[in-house]
Amino acid sequence: MSFAGEPVLVGGPEQAGDIVIRGARVVDPRAGLDEVRDVVVREGEIAQISARGEAPAGGENVDGEGLMLTPAFVDPHVHLRVPGQEHKEELETGTRAAAAGGFSAVLAMPNTDPVIDSGSILGALREGARREARIPVGFLGAITLGQRGESLTAMGEMRELGAAGFTDDGLPVTSAGVLRRALQYQRMVGGVLALHEEDPSLSGGGVMHEGAVSAQLGVTGIPSVSESSMIARDALIAGYEGGAIHAQHLSSADSVRVVSEAKAAGIAITCEASPHHLCFTDEDVRSLDTRMKMNPPLRTEADRQALIDGLRSGTIDCIATDHAPHAPHEKEVPFEQAPMGTTGLESAFAACYDELVLPGLISLETLLERMNAGAAIFGLATPTIMPGAPADLALIDLDREWVVGADGYESRSDNCAFGGRRLTGRVLMTIAGGAVAYRDRGFALSAAPEPEMQG
Amino acid sequence: MRHLLSSEDLSREDVERICDRASAFAETQERDVKKLPALRNRTVLNLFYEASTRTRGSFELAAKRLSADVVNFTASGSSTEKGESLKDTVLTLSAHQPDAIVVRCPWAGAPALLADWTDAAIVNAGDGKHEHPTQALLDIYTLRRRLGNLDGLNVWIVGDVLHSRVARSNIRLFQEMGADVTLAGPPTLMPRDIEATGARVAYSLDGVGEADVVYALRMQNERMDEAYVPSLREYAWFFQVDPRRIAPGALIMHPGPVNRGVEISADATDSERSLILEQVAAGVVVRMAVLYEVLAANRAGAPVREGAPA
Repeated sequence: MSFAGEPVLVGGPEQAGDIVIRGARVVDPRAGLDEVRDVVVREGEIAQISARGEAPAGGENVDGEGLMLTPAFVDPHVHLRVPGQEHKEELETGTRAAAAGGFSAVLAMPNTDPVIDSGSILGALREGARREARIPVGFLGAITLGQRGESLTAMGEMRELGAAGFTDDGLPVTSAGVLRRALQYQRMVGGVLALHEEDPSLSGGGVMHEGAVSAQLGVTGIPSVSESSMIARDALIAGYEGGAIHAQHLSSADSVRVVSEAKAAGIAITCEASPHHLCFTDEDVRSLDTRMKMNPPLRTEADRQALIDGLRSGTIDCIATDHAPHAPHEKEVPFEQAPMGTTGLESAFAACYDELVLPGLISLETLLERMNAGAAIFGLATPTIMPGAPADLALIDLDREWVVGADGYESRSDNCAFGGRRLTGRVLMTIAGGAVAYRDRGFALSAAPEPEMQG
Repeated sequence: MRHLLSSEDLSREDVERICDRASAFAETQERDVKKLPALRNRTVLNLFYEASTRTRGSFELAAKRLSADVVNFTASGSSTEKGESLKDTVLTLSAHQPDAIVVRCPWAGAPALLADWTDAAIVNAGDGKHEHPTQALLDIYTLRRRLGNLDGLNVWIVGDVLHSRVARSNIRLFQEMGADVTLAGPPTLMPRDIEATGARVAYSLDGVGEADVVYALRMQNERMDEAYVPSLREYAWFFQVDPRRIAPGALIMHPGPVNRGVEISADATDSERSLILEQVAAGVVVRMAVLYEVLAANRAGAPVREGAPA
């Protein structure tokens, strides 16, 4: 869709000098690339991909021996909490966490305080991001004013100012009529509608998946049909209006089936799944650990397997973390009182690599592809390793074991469902737009150039 | 036993030990001087976030009969929502250095949090819709007094299982003690997948005539507003526990307070087969045994034990 507006992404690291990553296994599934190569980064772009040892000298040398260099990841669903909830996260800390997870771009949700539902709020936020963001960041505007589900926001103005799309994430667009109007308006202004699919009359009061575990714990359940029935409704409306929707954070087998059928029917629907839904089930909620409380909730093993199948088949287009930071005092409360959400940017790749690739459930190539496929859905360039492409790269040690959170988090908040887990696969360096956005501390030391002798 | 957080903490041996100790305490309660010195110089804090007369009263009496000092702290859920968090409240009250905290609150799992936040022994006196383990213990104690043991016993739990913490503790512990458990009630008040507990589910009282024990759950009026059942009259029509529906020798139980004419008929309540008053009476001695268990039994530096039964 063409609608002339500001670029979606703003901010990011200052341009650094030239970088040469030598001897890494360079893997870009889209380019059919899996070879040991030297990669030369110059002026923000990938200048050259050479045979090992043949890259020219000059610039910063990074020893990639034994490491994997891949296109960086793109997360179309994070909560940076600005404006209004800076005690949970800030633009700087949230994008630092993203950089530490190998992401070169993220899209932030508008369920802030105030809600991002006008051009002036979006404009001010983008100004802040220009100054503070460690990697390029884009924003979605709200679909309805105040996310109240009643009247449409100035979607056109926000698109002109660079809104990546629109969403009332955190809340469903309960009224079918309101969603229909937004889809009609989308024909004029573009911008995918990202939908938090939940029927509140089915999920109301629920705090975890409705099933055997919630029955035994005596906490109110959220049935999986509260999600799947809304996806079915919204897919039919999108099909009727010829609009494009993106179903956020799929959690259930029924939802995967509904999306698959809608795609087969030619409806412009895409969807995402989060690392926590791909790795955990409601059994992990038994201890009532509030880090395991999120919306949609962790569901059954059968649901998890259906999500993995969907990821493999492509029914699920991309992985999105739904990084949702909350302050310790907000999560240190009884489970039923705790806010929904887990952080996830820093652990996303390692969690999926450890839990999905190493056991053979999906291939490394599929994981790498799904980790940045969210970009295209929202009209962003997909990172790729080709001469002339923007240098958005992640350097990863696939053998490195680490314990999530053992050395703290880059995020301001520590409510990570993966906290305390030993995972394999660690991002050592992230390059966004040709500049180093993140460097693992241990790796930074070993990669530092010899200090020049002072006279 | 360090804490009593849920029925999961209790094995069959634990239940038998606690019931036996409660029996021994019961004998001492026939005497003129009822007070035992077992928990002298110990402090028991009753932290109640929900209105409760009988449970709090019986815990208070149990602690006093064992010579503990008792502090009652009653907080309404709304006052905490306005400000102090549960954690801050517990940390503040911990400054009184209670040896045990008996907690009743509307949130599942809160007793386990308290166990992390304080050094006191924690006793769950009801957490949300999750568990009410001392109710299950006193129910088992009551049945053991009548029947000796629960092996092979056919127990029907009838009514609002969805909202009942009593049901969840009893499903688990009745089975632990060897009983077969059937849950009966309208599907709207039955948690999905509750069969995972090992209990059988029925949507009518057909077959309740086979039951040795019929346990009626309290039907709360507020459930009517939420349209879980069309009317109390219709509920009573299908599920009211009444002597005419059950076997002549079957025992009738109820955790109280009773809604006569709703979940249980007046005839059933007053019947000689009703154990309802015995359940209430068992409350004090069973809670004495629980407090003794977490504060005195098997603990280094335990206080004077004279007068306490072996």
